[in-house]
Amino acid sequence: MAKQRVKFTFPTGLIKEPVIWRLGREFEVVTNIRRADVTEDRGWVVLELEGEVQEIERGIEWVVEQGVRVDPVPGDILEG
Amino acid sequence: MSYASNLRCRECGRLYPLEPLHVCEFCFGPLEVAYDYQALKRDLTRARIEKGPLTVWRYSDLLPADREDAVDIGAGFTPLLRCRNLGEQLGLRQLYIKNDCANPTWSFKDRVVTVASTKAREFGFDTLACASTGNLANSVAAHAARGGMRAMVFIPADLEQGKIVGAAIYGSTLVAVDGSYDEVNRLCSELADRYPWAFVNINVRPYYSEGSKTLAYEVVEQLGWRAPDHCIVPLASGSLFTKIWKGIKEMAWLGLSDWTHTRMSGAQPEGCSPIISAWEHQSFDIRPVRPNTIAKSLAIGNPADGYYSLKVLEHSGGFGVTVTDEEVVEGMKLLAEAEGIFAETAGGVVVAGLRRLATQGRIGPDELVVAFITGAGLKTQEAVLDALTPPLHVEPHVASFEEAIARRKEAVTAAAEIRPGQKQRD
Repeated sequence: MAKQRVKFTFPTGLIKEPVIWRLGREFEVVTNIRRADVTEDRGWVVLELEGEVQEIERGIEWVVEQGVRVDPVPGDILEG
Repeated sequence: MSYASNLRCRECGRLYPLEPLHVCEFCFGPLEVAYDYQALKRDLTRARIEKGPLTVWRYSDLLPADREDAVDIGAGFTPLLRCRNLGEQLGLRQLYIKNDCANPTWSFKDRVVTVASTKAREFGFDTLACASTGNLANSVAAHAARGGMRAMVFIPADLEQGKIVGAAIYGSTLVAVDGSYDEVNRLCSELADRYPWAFVNINVRPYYSEGSKTLAYEVVEQLGWRAPDHCIVPLASGSLFTKIWKGIKEMAWLGLSDWTHTRMSGAQPEGCSPIISAWEHQSFDIRPVRPNTIAKSLAIGNPADGYYSLKVLEHSGGFGVTVTDEEVVEGMKLLAEAEGIFAETAGGVVVAGLRRLATQGRIGPDELVVAFITGAGLKTQEAVLDALTPPLHVEPHVASFEEAIARRKEAVTAAAEIRPGQKQRD
């Protein structure tokens, strides 16, 4: 089993969608929210995903397809 | 000696020991080094600092590592230059440039990497790693060489040759990644979890970022132990900006400087301005962007310290400013022609931003202003190549020279026509 820490950033159109709930239902991935800030027009959630590596990757791919931006928790690592 | 006491979560305040950790186990907030300020206030004096070496390690009491074991290639104590020519053009009577082009690998990254590499070696890591498009790669490779460590440097596959040479010369392992900006980020995040390396801006980031505070300490000391009225700083991840502010505040808390309320202003290129966009919308919500600018060293679309930079802008009463790529080139030329400093594109962003703030009246003519120039221009020559006046081509005789110079409409007077001590007239 592996763990991955990620940040989901939701566009306005997806604020009302239960994306994280569906991620946990449709993939063998445990979602564990640690910090979040969601308003009516935007939102981000920092969470940990736990599962087999390939299942986490499939899950993240699906989340990205839904229109959610997925980033590493520390922000961009590639620097000048 | 170091007075660092703990790592502290910037979100929930939980304390952690001084280990290679970077996020809080509870809220995943970023960790920052905390110090025993009571002991520092008791022990640290101006005289003690002044006895130290002319490098960042002069301030080792305020850093999270001891200078006796430092991986040191001489970073820091760069010139603070009074800039009368540029100041006159911008209507600023007390303008200074902090010229960090003068570091060993020609950028401010040497300040952060000397601290990160020292701490990494102390923790027992044998490999120093980073993902970079230029300055950071050069500095990590050089410090790893000096510290007897292996350097693992990840670069985008399309990086310019000149920047590759600047990292390869130190014997690092260069890994060119085929993929988008986001894909490089994701890969490096996964590698940092998988391999026992000191990834300077991931697992040793709390120590790495502290090195930037030395810019503030030096400026305060070089000004005769006073803080500037106004700083203008380039914004990428925002870490440099927040740490300069932290350094200025520490100097005042410890009674080492007279407290002047410094305003902190930040500059970004229009093609990558997630922090200034949020500031303009009076929001603390950073919306990540895909960078598109010639100022590659500022091209961070999802800045780790964006939120904290917005807090500094608010608390200090500073301003955000963005500039176009054309203005970046103008800024580079303006600084070079007025003061003899060839800065990289980030320096162009700062000077163009400073010009805009001065024109808008957001910086007063009598404020003591410090503009931070963070890297040298030779690394980003391609940005200005098309904007420079080409050389005059002449035959090897006087007539050809005089004909060419007349065509350029430049007035010259032969030495024979000028008496000794007399200035040539325009």
